[in-house]
Amino acid sequence: MNKFTNLIIRDIRLAVRQGSAFTMTLSFFVVAVTLYPLGVGPELNILARIGPGVLWVGALLSCLLTLDRIFQADFEDGSLDQLMLGSLPIELMTLAKIIAHWLTSVVPLILITPILAVSLNMPADGIWVMMLALLVGSPVLSLIGAVGAGLTVGMRRGGVLLSLLVLPLYIPVLIFGVAAVEAAIAVLPMGPHILLLAGLSLGALVICPIAAAAALRLAVE
Amino acid sequence: MSLTAINLRCIRQDRLIFTDLGFSLKAGEILWVQGRNGAGKSSLLRMIAGLLKPVSGEIQWKGASVKEDPDGYQDQFRYIGHQEALKPVLSARENLQFWADFSGSHNVSAALKEFDLEKIADSPVGIMSAGQKKRTNLARLISSPAPLWILDEPISSLDTHYIELFKKQLEKHVAAGGMALLATHQDLNLPSVHKLDLDGPRGRNNE
Repeated sequence: MNKFTNLIIRDIRLAVRQGSAFTMTLSFFVVAVTLYPLGVGPELNILARIGPGVLWVGALLSCLLTLDRIFQADFEDGSLDQLMLGSLPIELMTLAKIIAHWLTSVVPLILITPILAVSLNMPADGIWVMMLALLVGSPVLSLIGAVGAGLTVGMRRGGVLLSLLVLPLYIPVLIFGVAAVEAAIAVLPMGPHILLLAGLSLGALVICPIAAAAALRLAVE
Repeated sequence: MSLTAINLRCIRQDRLIFTDLGFSLKAGEILWVQGRNGAGKSSLLRMIAGLLKPVSGEIQWKGASVKEDPDGYQDQFRYIGHQEALKPVLSARENLQFWADFSGSHNVSAALKEFDLEKIADSPVGIMSAGQKKRTNLARLISSPAPLWILDEPISSLDTHYIELFKKQLEKHVAAGGMALLATHQDLNLPSVHKLDLDGPRGRNNE
């Protein structure tokens, strides 16, 4: 367990020391979401209508930008070999790296979402549910992303392939995530959507570390 | 304590690298793997470290196949690849500390001392020279001790002074009953070293 938390702390420390990683993803999220009002015009009811979808798609794309970082740097400098040889099971090793990725790359997006939601004229009820839905559903982004990252880790310019592999698998999260926020805005029960998101997260939590570990075993050969 | 390889066969991307390769290594022995570029030195070492699966053949530790207890075998060796496995934004001490914690040991200050790294221990690895990085990587052998050292090009980018220092560490390790598997191009002039030449008839242990 100690080795597990150590690995998470190391990855977080690396992300903090490298600094730019945080700000790049956040800036991308902010810029991407801000482009919509400029593109579709400043009509408040249109913005409120598309708000939840815009925020979710923005979060998915921002997350996608950071996925290659999960294993790529460790693969290139030989650390991945050493991580695979450690006494920590490879499945737990990948889970630790996934948790670190979620904390450093996805949680900042969730924290900045309220500000962006206000700029899209989202009602206050919707904002809270938006954050809740992201909190419950976004682990899926890191979990599924890690499988894609593991499969493409040995490739040069694997980024495009990674997007093609991973984005279709993000669709269920997108659908239920947006549905939860729209239900809350329309004063309908949003519980079932949140529960479905939680179910997706738990399912991915079981399957994805195992799949990512299998992908990494192939990658180091 | 012994390491035995039996009839190992290695195929990389449809190309046969070596076949019927075998050797055996006992406590206190060093095996020097020789061969031209592409002869399969790194592949052989990765195979012994369990990172690469042999197409056929078997690796035995203390007479039992390593497949029977892969986790137990992993604690018995330290693999130093030709990549440094160091993070540029962390200092040498932080890098070593992480790997020591990861293998459940804590001899970091001794390791820094043995490889003459104390003065630069707290500067980021990113600003170090190639030789300093290599020494930091080699210091893991002391900070996370293990009976079998698997060393891929351990002395590349080291100057003569530090090659001697590394030799002393290696001799000390072997004298204490350790074993080492070594792939280098330079002759280290070690006494009583067994040689495995991958260029010759494949797999013959020319002792």
